[in-house]
Amino acid sequence: MIVRILGEGQLRIDDSATAELNELDTKLEATVERNDESAFRHALEELLSRVRAIGRPLEAGSLEPSELILPAEGATMEEVRNLLSGDGLIPG
Amino acid sequence: MSVMKRVSMMFRAKANKALDRMEDPRETLDYSYQTQLELLQKVRRGVADVATSRKRVELQINQLQQSSDKLDRQARDALGVGREDLARDALTRKAGVTSQMNDLNTQYQSLQAEEEKLTGASQRLQAKVDAFRTKKETIKATYTAAEAQTRINEAFTGISEEMGDVGLAIQRAEDKTAQMQARAGAIDELMASGALDDMVGGPHDDIQAELDRMGAGHDVDAELARMKGELSQGSGPKQIEGTDHADGASAAGTAGAVNDAQPTQASPADQPQAGDGA
Repeated sequence: MIVRILGEGQLRIDDSATAELNELDTKLEATVERNDESAFRHALEELLSRVRAIGRPLEAGSLEPSELILPAEGATMEEVRNLLSGDGLIPG
Repeated sequence: MSVMKRVSMMFRAKANKALDRMEDPRETLDYSYQTQLELLQKVRRGVADVATSRKRVELQINQLQQSSDKLDRQARDALGVGREDLARDALTRKAGVTSQMNDLNTQYQSLQAEEEKLTGASQRLQAKVDAFRTKKETIKATYTAAEAQTRINEAFTGISEEMGDVGLAIQRAEDKTAQMQARAGAIDELMASGALDDMVGGPHDDIQAELDRMGAGHDVDAELARMKGELSQGSGPKQIEGTDHADGASAAGTAGAVNDAQPTQASPADQPQAGDGA
């Protein structure tokens, strides 16, 4: 499975890690629903560092799309909401 | 649904929309490649802009550091001449300068981080654009509609995701740079208007003026005191003091000479004993 961390690039992750990442992702989702900014930052940081730890960077010239895309390190909840709002905030 | 999946779906929706707009998939490839090159230019300009901003902040930090050092020296000088009030004034101003400096340092680090991120983004995009160009030519050469469509879609989606990512990085950097420019501009304006100049000791530096005045006064007072002393005690004691010193030095010299000479001088009496001892 290929995962992208926005602002950092793509990593290849073993499919066996899916359950673990989903769990961390669910935690992240919950913080957004609770509107808890500091918990959100913490959960995002946890998820990102786990992905970095188990992922191997994708070769530079690869053109494969990612299955999962993670917000950039230090992203705010507002930035993530904007990403998800779908009204043309993703440039390019 | 999961945050990760939703974000990736948004990226993919964006790519699909662009794909749908194109009638001929080959057209998509060429058009996309053009956009990629434009984005590469943009991200490089972004790196340069952030670097310019960072250098500007660096200059300002250096200026503030010099001011802070100067105020520190002034406070010490003021204390040296017993003017605690002036020293307090200088230290108060120094605290103001320090707080500005801390603020700028934080901004500086954040700009530096942004510059590194953008540089990385630019390198990643470059690698993908190169790969895309190769793939594009291969696909066009072997083009048969049914087979090529999926390969085009995949390559396009992959690069489109990267472009979206880079685009976001540029936006973030632009926001940060704009904030920074506004701040740096405000500080430049303060310096130009003389407000900060006054605060950190420019031409109208009242603390320095006071210290200079006191410094000059101090020298004059000391000179006066010395002259008074010379006049009231006459030249005698000074002369004696000088002579004493000279005598001491020559006495030591003489003593050394005497010591050296002693064996020779003493030899007539001592030598027989020494000879006996041996």
